[in-house]
Amino acid sequence: MIFTTLLVLGITALVGGVVLSLSSHRLQAQMNPLVHRIERELPGVNCGECGHPLCGVFARLVADGREKPGGCIPGGHATSVRITSIMGNAPQATEALMAVVHCKGGHAEARVRSRYAGIPDCHAAMLSGSGSLICQEACLGLGSCVRVCPYGAIAVTGNGIAAVNPALCTGCGRCVAACPRSLIELIPRLHKIFLGCNNRDHGAHVSEYCAVGCTTCGICVEASRASAAISIDDNIPRLDYTKHENFITAAHKCPQKCFVDLVRARPKVNIDTKCDGCTACVPVCPVEAISGEKNHRHIVNKEKCIGCGICLGVCHVHAIALWGGLGYRAEGLSLKRR
Amino acid sequence: MNVHTIAEIALSALLVNNIVLGRFLGLCPLFSVSKRLSGAIWFGIAATIVMTLSSMVLWLVSRHILVPLSARYLEIAVFVPLIAALVLASGHALERFAGDTFRRIGVYFPLLAVNCAVIGAGLIGIGPSPHAGGGFSFVESAINGFLSGLGFLLVSVLMAGMQERLELTAVPRAMRGAPIALMCAGLMALAFDGFTLFSAAAR
Repeated sequence: MIFTTLLVLGITALVGGVVLSLSSHRLQAQMNPLVHRIERELPGVNCGECGHPLCGVFARLVADGREKPGGCIPGGHATSVRITSIMGNAPQATEALMAVVHCKGGHAEARVRSRYAGIPDCHAAMLSGSGSLICQEACLGLGSCVRVCPYGAIAVTGNGIAAVNPALCTGCGRCVAACPRSLIELIPRLHKIFLGCNNRDHGAHVSEYCAVGCTTCGICVEASRASAAISIDDNIPRLDYTKHENFITAAHKCPQKCFVDLVRARPKVNIDTKCDGCTACVPVCPVEAISGEKNHRHIVNKEKCIGCGICLGVCHVHAIALWGGLGYRAEGLSLKRR
Repeated sequence: MNVHTIAEIALSALLVNNIVLGRFLGLCPLFSVSKRLSGAIWFGIAATIVMTLSSMVLWLVSRHILVPLSARYLEIAVFVPLIAALVLASGHALERFAGDTFRRIGVYFPLLAVNCAVIGAGLIGIGPSPHAGGGFSFVESAINGFLSGLGFLLVSVLMAGMQERLELTAVPRAMRGAPIALMCAGLMALAFDGFTLFSAAAR
């Protein structure tokens, strides 16, 4: 009996081992050798941030050139650089992104036409009468994006619209896909200003039902004329974050206050004693905050200054600096336009 | 072997003694893969392939090696590594010859390598048959394995439909997630219990 047991178990182990080694050598030979090297660089937590169920799937797609090396969110920039070096390409910089909601018309601003009392889900509301607001591009405020966010970075505010907490957002983009009205977009993290409206309706109509809706007046386009970073497309301004523009002037001049500035208080410009009174900064100021006579030190009206930093670029003696607001001095901050 | 026997085995494996709801095997993959319909379908297909293959291999090993050696007490010790090797090897073969299919169901193969539903279907296939003539024949065992897999597919698809609906339902806080899923599975098992009348009518 012992002999039979040992014989049977031994043969089973032998057969199993031979079958597995044969199958893995003969059948699995076509594996790209880069895949294993890439997989070793990945965190291996199978978090799904890249949109694939396993780190191995992501590694295979990168090796096939069907996925970008920077796709690994928890790995971040360091992993991206190592993967690109394995792939034999020059390392690329990956820009950190964050999600923003293109709507700021909540209970206080937007007019209600009916009350939606169905399933508390944005997709359900879209299927049954498109929510409770007149505006058909407004945030439904039922939190479909809140439920897909694995970091708890989105919440529906007391005003009834979704808002992203930039400190918690990792830019994974799940909420972008979850919004049935496509109101969520990933923008470069360094930019703090975005348009809080996505309404393509005629301007006169928009102002009837939303206090902060974009009327497509074109003032923001004019305010950023020098960089041409804003253009009207499909009746709504589009912000081009690849251009050299900080959108502070556009956000300030918008008559409907559609823009959202994540910075609570902007710094103000200060002109120090190095100023020789050349008057170059006076005409460039978009809010006419600088005044002064030729050959005398100029003065900034701190009430008017919005901290856009345009004047820093034209001062030839570097007498202008941004002070306060954020709590630190950003002297010589490079915001040159030309 | 006649059509009547095959129909009876098929009905038994698919509905009356459903591998999940009748015999309570393979519950852990049922709850983990039935969150989404697509995942449930692909896991069910993978399980059907694996169960059919392993039923056939287990029947051959049992009938032609273990029974002649009068070593049936070794069944489980032999079958577990055999099934694991078989599943992983068929995963490799699938990857080689049907890469696109493997990309969908390959994730589930390690899950199936050591799964109670797979070995359970094989053990039923070599066990005493409820029909005349002692045990299952080779073909009957293969049919039993195939339809056990289809039974798993059926239940996981039904379960996925329920779980997708449950996400939109206001479930009490303490019941959310696994508790309500287990209760749904229990209610579904009660419903499947009604199929017992089929076997009563067949007698």
